[in-house]
Amino acid sequence: MSKIDERSVWEKIADQLRSRSMWMLHYCTGCGAVELPPSMTSRFDMERLGMGPMATPRQADIFLITGYLSAKTLRRVIYTYEKMADPKYVIGFGSCTINGGIYYDSYSTINRLDYYIPVDLYIAGCMPRPEAILNAFNQLMEMIRKGEANGWKRYKENYEWYKQNQLRSLGEVIVHDEFHE
Amino acid sequence: MTAVRVAQVLLTAFFFGLTFEGIGRKVTARIQKRYGPPWYQNFIDVFKTLTKHGWTHGWIFDFGVLMALGGVIATLSFVPLGNLVAFPGLDNFFVIVYLFTVGALGMAMGMVGTGNPWASIGVARALTLMLGYEVPYLIVITSMLYFYKTSNISNIIAAQGEIWNIFRFPIGALVAFISLQGMLGKEPFEAPIAPAEIASGPMVELSAKYMGLLMLMNTFMEFVEISLFVDFFLGGGTYFVFLLKYLVVWILAVMISAVLPRFRIEQAVAFYWTVPILLAFLQAFLVINGWVF
Repeated sequence: MSKIDERSVWEKIADQLRSRSMWMLHYCTGCGAVELPPSMTSRFDMERLGMGPMATPRQADIFLITGYLSAKTLRRVIYTYEKMADPKYVIGFGSCTINGGIYYDSYSTINRLDYYIPVDLYIAGCMPRPEAILNAFNQLMEMIRKGEANGWKRYKENYEWYKQNQLRSLGEVIVHDEFHE
Repeated sequence: MTAVRVAQVLLTAFFFGLTFEGIGRKVTARIQKRYGPPWYQNFIDVFKTLTKHGWTHGWIFDFGVLMALGGVIATLSFVPLGNLVAFPGLDNFFVIVYLFTVGALGMAMGMVGTGNPWASIGVARALTLMLGYEVPYLIVITSMLYFYKTSNISNIIAAQGEIWNIFRFPIGALVAFISLQGMLGKEPFEAPIAPAEIASGPMVELSAKYMGLLMLMNTFMEFVEISLFVDFFLGGGTYFVFLLKYLVVWILAVMISAVLPRFRIEQAVAFYWTVPILLAFLQAFLVINGWVF
């Protein structure tokens, strides 16, 4: 067992709580966002798993990257990810976050998400249906309980590597204020 | 003994407040034809926020959060829960109203201290809404205090006897319930929070334990507001009868909020200053002339 997987007893109890109360960030980047309303409302009802939408990154626990990411969006995603409170979990939706999907040769989108931020779980499909999404949430809950969802620790440990990749693709990670500059 | 009673009041507010919130979420879910979270979901939520690693936004923020929670706990310990009174003889309406502002101001100060503009907008809206619902509520309550010639809540509970105030002052009870909906921040008076519009307003920058403490503060605040309504209009009662009445009022408020959209802030104030305020004046007029059942 490596150092990253070690948990105290307190952390194990905390992980049980974290897995039963995941607040997701309501920030949708791509076409996968249309699959979230059916997962939230009466047909699939994710609130029975203790999940719900939260308004801001500060309050959120899980971050859903719902589809392709343009370079411009990626900057905001990195900003948002770094604003979230530890522990935080990332789910990549659809093939766009795995290998670029149908945008694999586009000039303005990135192909592989976990070069830039650590991803705990991918959902394959274009786009994944709500059944797959609910299944993924269950899987993530299981991973949190076992202490396997430790992307936030990996990000801290390999921060230089992630930053290097981010800078290589984006040039700079700073988000400019488009209204006042 | 006072310490035991205060602990009893606070633990009641903690356990039953969070449980009833969970039941409220379940009721909302059933109205929307969903299954809903378990009734203990809010306990998990609060304890989970306490396990996260968050950020502070300066000492004014820390102090504001503590002042908000402390102020509300101080208020709560003066509120009689039916026949459970932590400080007998001191459960005066004016004491509670006076202490209530400490929590509200602490919250306003701390949240503005985050420096986030959404927080300032949320706090401004909350204070504007307060202007709206406080006026009709105070007219009704002061006319009641005038009728009973006392501002001690236990005395008012005792004076109601078999005929609850909701039957003696039906118009006033209606006005107080509409005001209660605004105090609880439930739809249609949800403008200060408005998650999709101003990113949950005052709570916008709250992470981890600060969020948990503010959730607790919100629960205690709801407990104070509904308890006052139950004491004033539904005749208090013994501990468990009181909790039952509390649950009925709470579920009614939740059911109304589950089916209504949101007023804009100026619409909410305009509403409070037309219909409820006229009804409140009517009730006061009836009381002054002695036309009470």
